[in-house]
Amino acid sequence: MSKKKSGMQIYTKQDKAILYCGYALLALFLIAIIVPMVYIVIASFMDPVTLQNKGISFDFSKWSLDAYERVISDKQIWVGFKNAVLYSVIFTVISVAVTMLAAYPMSLPDFKGKKFFNILFVITMFFNGGLIPTYLLINNLGLLDSMWAVILPGAFSVWNMIIARTYYQGIPRELREAADVDGASEMRYFFNILLPVCMPVVAVLALWQFVAMWNSYFDAMIYLNSASKQPLQLVLRSILIQSQPESGMIADIQSTAERAKMAELLKYATIIISSLPLLVMYPFFQKYFDAGIMAGSVKG
Amino acid sequence: MKPKSVAPQSRVMAVDRKLHNTWVYIKRHWQLYLLFLMPAVLLTLVFRYIPMGGVLIAFQKYNPFKGIWGSEWVGFKNFTRFLSSPDFMRYLINTLKLSVYGLLWGFPIPILLAFLLNRIKSNKIKQKVQLVLYMPNFISVIVLCGIVRVLLSVTGPVNGLFHTGINFMTLPEAFRPIYIISGIWQGAGWSSIMYTAALSNASQELKEAAMLDGANLIQQIRTVEWPAIKDMVVIQFILQAGNIMSIGFEKAYALQTDLNLNSAEIIATYVYKKGLLDGDYSFSTAVGLFNTVINVILLIAVNKIVAKMNDGQGL
Repeated sequence: MSKKKSGMQIYTKQDKAILYCGYALLALFLIAIIVPMVYIVIASFMDPVTLQNKGISFDFSKWSLDAYERVISDKQIWVGFKNAVLYSVIFTVISVAVTMLAAYPMSLPDFKGKKFFNILFVITMFFNGGLIPTYLLINNLGLLDSMWAVILPGAFSVWNMIIARTYYQGIPRELREAADVDGASEMRYFFNILLPVCMPVVAVLALWQFVAMWNSYFDAMIYLNSASKQPLQLVLRSILIQSQPESGMIADIQSTAERAKMAELLKYATIIISSLPLLVMYPFFQKYFDAGIMAGSVKG
Repeated sequence: MKPKSVAPQSRVMAVDRKLHNTWVYIKRHWQLYLLFLMPAVLLTLVFRYIPMGGVLIAFQKYNPFKGIWGSEWVGFKNFTRFLSSPDFMRYLINTLKLSVYGLLWGFPIPILLAFLLNRIKSNKIKQKVQLVLYMPNFISVIVLCGIVRVLLSVTGPVNGLFHTGINFMTLPEAFRPIYIISGIWQGAGWSSIMYTAALSNASQELKEAAMLDGANLIQQIRTVEWPAIKDMVVIQFILQAGNIMSIGFEKAYALQTDLNLNSAEIIATYVYKKGLLDGDYSFSTAVGLFNTVINVILLIAVNKIVAKMNDGQGL
């Protein structure tokens, strides 16, 4: 840096040594993140036999998009994408709406019944019925194999409600008093005045909920049986974890050994295709992270 | 009228007035209850409290056809069956080891990352570093475990690099390191965000004052930066330590193979297998309940310990 700011840090020799060791560790960590990712990208373009026998090579003439063609020509992975988008969007909308609404009365100092509702909510952060009672409930409600079984149980998050409540409490009270003078109802004040100034926390909660739903698989695994309802993560699970690619992806290969090699190669392409949407989109949301995290770190 | 009888009467009137006031408040602000709070309360009652009542089947020999009201009560039989089985200790220890080691190795790293990020002067570089650090957080559990599996497969790059042919996924002793290291790989950057944000908010004035006093790096960290995040560190530690028993199902299950179960079977995956795969509803619920109870006890205990260390300040 050419221009020296006033109050700029001057390090002693010992400080510098400590600092460089630290930076070296940081660099190592960054490399450890990047290298596996780059390896998977490169490997996804390999020929399955070469990959198995020699690993990756930089002989670009032999690179091919074969694995990608096989993965994207399969119907099931698109079904998975479609369902994942559907579930994640609906879940995010419901969850953020319910959470932001509930947090509002809980943020008012004179709200009657606040203590009662607070206890009602907070208890659920410590106790839960567990897997089987929840499963039986979903079953009794007739929600098995319905997307609502995946969406509704986790739609209201107490933790997110606390974050939203804390955020509301940071909004100057004059805003509400002014609205009171105008005779605005609670609803009108909330939607026309309060919510617009709380968009950062809405954005953060939406991002969290979307990513959480997009990346989860357990609820879908236990509640959804039909292949047509599987979200992406379940399709990925059979390809990546159970090593059972959709049969159409490898049907044309005759020998069993070759098939196994192709199945391994398909994993690389599948990892790339499935992770790309979030990895590409997330930098655009980066500016919201700090705001949200700060809201969340305030003591509940 | 004697004064004696006046007191209770006025108390009754006071209660009456209070009730009346509450009623007026609710009538005036009915929107707060019916429109704002109702959806959350309904979801909570239905999907949280009804299952809490459902844990009663842990004390039954639950029969799906007879339902919870018709099934036979067996007291603590399911609990004693679990506690006296030879597997109990193994699953408990697997669960504890996985999360305690995970906490001990994983907890300090985000704090260290935050200190280092805070020392990067160029905002541009800092942002780029953060972009990379946060990236793995957006990879799903399934894809993470998929990555682990292809990298560690017998013909994969790790074995290729060392010219070995070890099948890591089948080794019980490899499970925990794989789980913990991949967890740090994925989550350390993301967990550092809040510390980074708190550090950059640490009073610049204080920092400059410390510099004028000729404080060196270590002294600055001790007097300015550490106090800025200390509370947060304490809270995070309580939260994580308290959740030691609620270690997630998803990743452990996705890293399990038939051969590494000796260390990879934790209580959460056992509950799933016993309950939904074997259909032993009552037993599985008992195991889950046992887990929850331990978890709550832990949370309270850890909170007390931290409160003692932290001048009476717990959560």
